[in-house]
Amino acid sequence: MAEQNGIIQLKNIDVTFHNEGKTIEAVKDVSIDVKKGDVFGVIGYSGAGKSTLVRVINLLQQPTAGSVIVNNQNMLELSQKDLRKARRNIGMIFQHFNLMNSLTVYGNVDFPLRDSGLSKAERKQKIDRLLDIVGLADRANNYPSQLSGGQKQRVAIARALANDPEILISDEATSALDPKTTTEILDLLGRLNKELGITIVIITHEMDAIKQICNRVSVMENGRVIEEGDLLSIFGQPKQQLTKDFVNTSTHIGSVLDEIRDSGIVDKLSGRLIELNYIGDSTNEPIVVELYKRFQVEANILFSNIERLQNTTVGIMLFALTGDDDKVEEAIKYLDSLKVNVKEIDLKKEGK
Amino acid sequence: MAGLVNKFLPNVVANWEGDNGFVTAIWQTLYMTFVSALFAGIIGIILGILLVVTAKDGITPHKNFYYWLDKLVNLFRSIPFIILLAVIGPFTKLIVGQTIGPTGALVPLVIGTAPFFARQVQLALVEVDPGVIEAAEAIGLSPMKIIFRVYLREGLPELIRSGTLTIISLIGLTAMAGAVGGGGLGNMAISVGYQRFENDVTIVSMLFILVLVFIIQGLGDFAVRKLEH
Repeated sequence: MAEQNGIIQLKNIDVTFHNEGKTIEAVKDVSIDVKKGDVFGVIGYSGAGKSTLVRVINLLQQPTAGSVIVNNQNMLELSQKDLRKARRNIGMIFQHFNLMNSLTVYGNVDFPLRDSGLSKAERKQKIDRLLDIVGLADRANNYPSQLSGGQKQRVAIARALANDPEILISDEATSALDPKTTTEILDLLGRLNKELGITIVIITHEMDAIKQICNRVSVMENGRVIEEGDLLSIFGQPKQQLTKDFVNTSTHIGSVLDEIRDSGIVDKLSGRLIELNYIGDSTNEPIVVELYKRFQVEANILFSNIERLQNTTVGIMLFALTGDDDKVEEAIKYLDSLKVNVKEIDLKKEGK
Repeated sequence: MAGLVNKFLPNVVANWEGDNGFVTAIWQTLYMTFVSALFAGIIGIILGILLVVTAKDGITPHKNFYYWLDKLVNLFRSIPFIILLAVIGPFTKLIVGQTIGPTGALVPLVIGTAPFFARQVQLALVEVDPGVIEAAEAIGLSPMKIIFRVYLREGLPELIRSGTLTIISLIGLTAMAGAVGGGGLGNMAISVGYQRFENDVTIVSMLFILVLVFIIQGLGDFAVRKLEH
C-alpha cells in the first residue's frame, strides 16, 4: 500500500494570493506524485510558482484548494501540533541557506535537535556524524559568517537531516553558488538519496542541476505543470517549447545554432542540416560511415553532445548532409528508421 | 586637593551628604533609571514581540490586534513626558501609593519609556532574516519557540543596541522627573544648582549624568561586539 502510493501526493493544488485588490494565481491545478526514493525535479523560470508549490508540501504555504498527502497523512487535517511533528519528517534547504548567525555550525545543526528528547551526549554524537557526512567536521566551532556559500549550504543540509527526515526539499539550494560548488552540493544530495534513501524534491531553474541527479522532472510555467516525465524522456524527447528551451540551454545546441547562423556559415553550408536526438545505444551504429556506404552521402558533423544520464546514453548531433538530392532524402529516411529523432533545421527560414 | 575642591566647588561639598545631598541623588537617579528600565524593558519586549508576530507577515498574523496595539503604542509615544507626569498622577498613586519621590517617578517613567522601547524592539526584530524564521517553521518549531530561540536570539545584538539607547534616553527622563519632585541628579541640578544660583552643583550634576551615560554606552557597545559574529 505504502509502496504504491507516492510519499508525496499533491492533487489539484491551487494557490491564490490576494494583494491590494489584485488576485495572483501562483499555482493552478497542479498535481504531482513523488515516489519514495525519487529525486524529483521541478524546473521553471522564476515566478513560475515552483517555490510556492513545494511550500505546500510542508504547509509553509496553505493551498487555496487541493489535497496534500505526505507519507499517507493528510496534512490539511492535522492539528498545529501534529503538523509541526510532520514537518520534522520533511527537511528543507534554501537558496540563501537561512542559518542562525548567532550560532556556530555545531549550534545550527543542534538547533532542530533541542526538542528531540536525546541526551546531550547523543546529540553530540549525532551532530558529529552529520557534520562528517557533509564534510565539515573541522568547522564545528565556526560561525556561518566565517564560511563560504557552499559550506553554509552543507551546514544547512546537516541541519535539515538532523531529525532523520524521509523527505528533503531543496528550494533553489544551488542557485546562489558557483558551478563547481553547485556540482559538489548536488553530488552530496545524490549521495544522501542513494545512501540514506531520502526522497528529494529539487526546485531549480537550471537544467544542469536536474540532469545531474533527478530521475523525474516536472516543468512549470505560469503556475501550471506543462510537462512531466522521467528524466530521459524529458531530456530526450521534450514536447513543450519551454522544456525544449531548457534542454537546448543544457546541451548548448541552442548557442551552437545561433553561432552557425550569426557567423555566416549558413550561406556556405551546402546540403541539409539535420539534428539527431537519440537515447540508448543507437550511437553504437557507425552512422556516419553507414550513410556514406549506403547512400554516398557525406555527413559533416557540426556539433555533438553525448551524456550519460542514469546510465543511459543521451546524445544530440548536428549534421550537414551533402550528396545527390534523392540520396540525401533516402539517407534521412534511413535515419528515421533507426531509433533516433530526426529534425531538419532550416536556419535561413528560422532566422531569428 | 581637598583645598582645591573646597575652593572651586564649595556648594558641592556643602551638599555632598545628607538626605538632599549628592550621594543620595546619585542613588536616586540609579534607582529610577534601573528599576524603570527593568519594567519598561519587560513591557517593551512583550509589546514589541506582539507587534512583530501579529503583523501581516508575522508568524501569527492578527489584523485587529496589531492595528489597535500599533495605535496604542503611537498614542503613548506622542504624549510629552512632562505632561504625562502630571496626567497620570492618580494612576501613579494607585500603583505605588505616592506621586513624589523616586518611587513616585517610576510609573510615569515606565509608561513614558515602554512604548518607545516597544517600537525599538519591533524595529530590531523585523530585521531578523525572514528566511531564518521560515527555516525554523520548516523544522517544526512552535511560534513560542520561534520567538525565544530565533527572534530574541538572532535579534539580540540589535536589542542591546536599542536597550542602550533607551536607557540613555531614560536617564534624560529621570532628570525631568526629578525636577518635578522625583529627586535624583535632575532635582539636584535644578532645585539646588539652578534655583539657588549654585552653578557648581548644576555642573557637577551634569557631569555625573554624563559619566553614567558613557558607562551605559560603553557596556552596551561591549556587549554588542561580543555577540556579533
